[in-house]
Amino acid sequence: MVEYQTYEHDVLVIGAGGAGLRAAIEASAAGVSVGLICKSLLGKAHTVMAEGGMAAAMGHNDDRDNWKVHFSDTMRGGQYVNNWRMAELHAKEAPDRVRELEGWGAVFDRTKDGRINQRNFGGHRYPRLAHVGDRTGLELIRTLQDHGIHQGIDVHMEVTVISLLKDGDRVVGVFAYEREHGRFRVFKAKAVILATGGVGRAYKITSNSWEGTGDGHALAYHAGAELIDMEFIQFHPTGMVWPPSVRGILVTEGVRGEGGILRNSEGKRFMFDDIPANYKEQTADNEEEGWRYVAGDKNARRPPELLTRDHVARCINREVKAGRGSPHGGVYLDIAWIKEKLPNAAEHIKRKLPSMYHQFMQLANLDITTTPMEVGPTTHYIMGGIRVDADTQASTLPGLYAAGECASGINGANRLGGNSLSDLIVFGKRAGEYAAQFAKENRHGSIDSTLIESEARRALEPFDREAGENPFVIQNDLQDMMQKLVGIVRLEDEMKEALDGLDKLKERTAKSSVTGNIDFNPGWHTALDLRNLLTVSEAITRSAIERKESRGGQFRDDYPDKDPAFAKFNVAVKEVDGQMQISHEAIPEMPAELKAVIEEMG
Amino acid sequence: MSEATFTIRRGGRDGGEMVAYQTRVTEGMVVLDAVHQIQAESAPDLACRWNCKAGKCGSCSAEINGKPKLMCMTRLDTIDITQPVTIEPMRAFPPTKDLIADISWNYEVKKRIKKFKPRPPDAADGTWRMQQSDVDRVQEFRKCIECYLCQDVCHVLRDHVKHDEFIGPRFLVYSAALEMHPLDTENRVDELKDEFGIGYCNITKCCTKVCPEHITITDNAIIPLKERVVDEFYDPLKRLVRLFRRK
Ligand SMILES: Cc1cc2nc3c(=O)[nH]c(=O)nc-3n(C[C@H](O)[C@H](O)[C@H](O)COP(=O)(O)OP(=O)(O)OC[C@H]3O[C@@H](n4cnc5c(N)ncnc54)[C@H](O)[C@@H]3O)c2cc1C
Ligand code: SF4
Ligand code: SF4
Ligand code: FES
Repeated sequence: MVEYQTYEHDVLVIGAGGAGLRAAIEASAAGVSVGLICKSLLGKAHTVMAEGGMAAAMGHNDDRDNWKVHFSDTMRGGQYVNNWRMAELHAKEAPDRVRELEGWGAVFDRTKDGRINQRNFGGHRYPRLAHVGDRTGLELIRTLQDHGIHQGIDVHMEVTVISLLKDGDRVVGVFAYEREHGRFRVFKAKAVILATGGVGRAYKITSNSWEGTGDGHALAYHAGAELIDMEFIQFHPTGMVWPPSVRGILVTEGVRGEGGILRNSEGKRFMFDDIPANYKEQTADNEEEGWRYVAGDKNARRPPELLTRDHVARCINREVKAGRGSPHGGVYLDIAWIKEKLPNAAEHIKRKLPSMYHQFMQLANLDITTTPMEVGPTTHYIMGGIRVDADTQASTLPGLYAAGECASGINGANRLGGNSLSDLIVFGKRAGEYAAQFAKENRHGSIDSTLIESEARRALEPFDREAGENPFVIQNDLQDMMQKLVGIVRLEDEMKEALDGLDKLKERTAKSSVTGNIDFNPGWHTALDLRNLLTVSEAITRSAIERKESRGGQFRDDYPDKDPAFAKFNVAVKEVDGQMQISHEAIPEMPAELKAVIEEMG
Repeated sequence: MSEATFTIRRGGRDGGEMVAYQTRVTEGMVVLDAVHQIQAESAPDLACRWNCKAGKCGSCSAEINGKPKLMCMTRLDTIDITQPVTIEPMRAFPPTKDLIADISWNYEVKKRIKKFKPRPPDAADGTWRMQQSDVDRVQEFRKCIECYLCQDVCHVLRDHVKHDEFIGPRFLVYSAALEMHPLDTENRVDELKDEFGIGYCNITKCCTKVCPEHITITDNAIIPLKERVVDEFYDPLKRLVRLFRRK
């Protein structure tokens, strides 16, 4: 008999990033009891790292902005395979959600007339990102945390969920362990919200923390929910490349928003060479106009460095492959050059980009106010995730909701910078609201104790095996393989090779073992995370093979063009009899009024 | 490429010992990289906290050669690695396991501080107007990543163990951020003086020196708060006003 403690909540939120916290606050405001579980301590989730800002069409810096422009920017950025209803709700509701944060104590940077200041970002037509220097994520998470701790939410920190428990089709609870002593816990809940973030740890070069192991994706999948768009991974164009120990750490797009430019080893601003047709009209064709745009000239068009991330990342990749890269395999990102334009450039840079300044000073011994940085693409964000209903965030399983990065739909094939933080608060709120409603309308389900027994036994297996491989080694090999075979540029043969590789890694994982006792044992935690990483890696690879075209976050060397036939559906994966089944989910026809918006906005 | 020795605390709540590990050192490595390498090579059960690896989350606080630091922001080429490097958990809190300290006390303290209470909105659309110059100071405080290194170094907590009577520099910064927030209407001066023990701080400025976010904890947060306490309690006129307000 395994021992475990049981907890009961009306609504249980898994994840305490922006989405989970916002959901928990909303559910608790609706008058139901709420539990909140996170793998780390409160306030440390990945959201804390977000830098540039959150997108909301408030029009403070340019009054031409409104939800319609934001909506059409999001759809264009996502290459029209987005869930248009989500994109619509997001564009309409983000301004209110941002203002609400101010009422909870957030202190955004100000405009001259005392309102929330908004900055330029890639793919957004007007300055749209509410921000606090380059630490917007910290402001968001701290505001929600400090508001949330007074709401009567039960927070379970350093607890990791390892499976969802069902009663028939309905999700009625979760099985988890606490990290300090490895003790098991069962949480019963009338509704469960997944807000577990991303999957970046499936790759070697990533901006994500250890938590980004796709747990929510894998938990939902194994419970029978559908995932969509898993092939769409965002490789952020600018990660640090040197020294090796910091490879992948993000360099915010805010650097380019403030005037940073990209050059190759020949000193050429290569982004001017390749401007996609559908962005030609909005993009500057000379350096002078590009600078005028970042300096705030409303009649200027944006510099090509601010094109969408998928495109910029591929251009960098191309320069490096063509031998025009920097010494450590990146290109140069130069913000220091603005001293030609601004009298107090060094001070300006330190004030606008303080944490970038410190990050390079401390980690790379490099002063960004005088010297160009070396940057290259890094795995950053997954557009794909749990398929949800746009209005309620309900998954395809009753009782299970999802919000934030682990849910899918709003971003289509490529996310615009700043659209994640706003997504977290818009859909976090909605998930909390509808999960609370579901909890009010339903009783607790019943949980089969034999299932708990078998889950516990499965979790403890790595301790029973002796002299198996160290899980850290397997995780490294997985990351190497995904980086090499299912990375920025993809090929059918390589991805098939990756599927074989995944089978072998699964076998190795099944034989891996851990040493030491069960108290706070990172080796054991990694062994359990690996199961999730393997599941999402398979979903990414199979979906990427299925989409035989290039679009947004998916670039296939064997199908380098967009194919209109693939604009009609999302690739979905689902577990059927223990096997991953792929299907095509048709994208519903966009209503006439939204089509009109897109046409109007051009 | 060279080798270095790291002497790391191993053990649980009841006690531990320092264990030496050798590992390779490569260009640009930070202390957290060394810990991860040791985990992968020889001690997969070595416990430590980390998240961002970029000085943004405040998870990886530890004492490196006795100095409170973020492991992810401490480059090996800034410390002497010809001698063994010691890594221990923060000492102002009970150890949990290996490099992890039990910092739950901090979460309890925060809950006791009265939450933000804004004045009614300034504009019809439910929003407020604030100038950048009015929020600069508060934004400095809000840079805090809750690494608790300042709590660790403060002698009132570290040496005198006044956790029950003193909230420590981190929460004085937090209180200052609320008290100096242009929109806030709450008053926290009573408790700062009494249960939060601001009087224990004798302005040694050790907290300011270790803050990885370079928050001027003592000069900008604690001293102005102390002045408020003095103003409210020892200014005869204000005292009178307070007596009336109490009624
Ligand atoms: C460096 C960086 C900069 C960024 N900058 C921006 C930006 O400027 N603007 C923008 O819009 N977006 C930005 N992003 C993206 C954005 O930060 C993330 O997409 C977003 O924060 C994800 O939030 P979330 O709430 O979905 O999940 P997260 O913040 O990732 O939180 C996930 C939570 O789930 C918990 N969890 C996970 N698995 C389990 C489990 N099995 N059991 C229990 N708990 C679990 C974790 O502990 C954590 O609390 C940035 C990302 C990075 C990495
Ligand atoms: S200045 Fe005050 S709070 Fe800071 S370390 Fe010294 S005594 Fe502690
Ligand atoms: S004030 Fe500075 S040292 Fe103290 S917890 Fe915050 S960031 Fe850390
Ligand atoms: S890991 Fe986030 S501060 Fe060190």
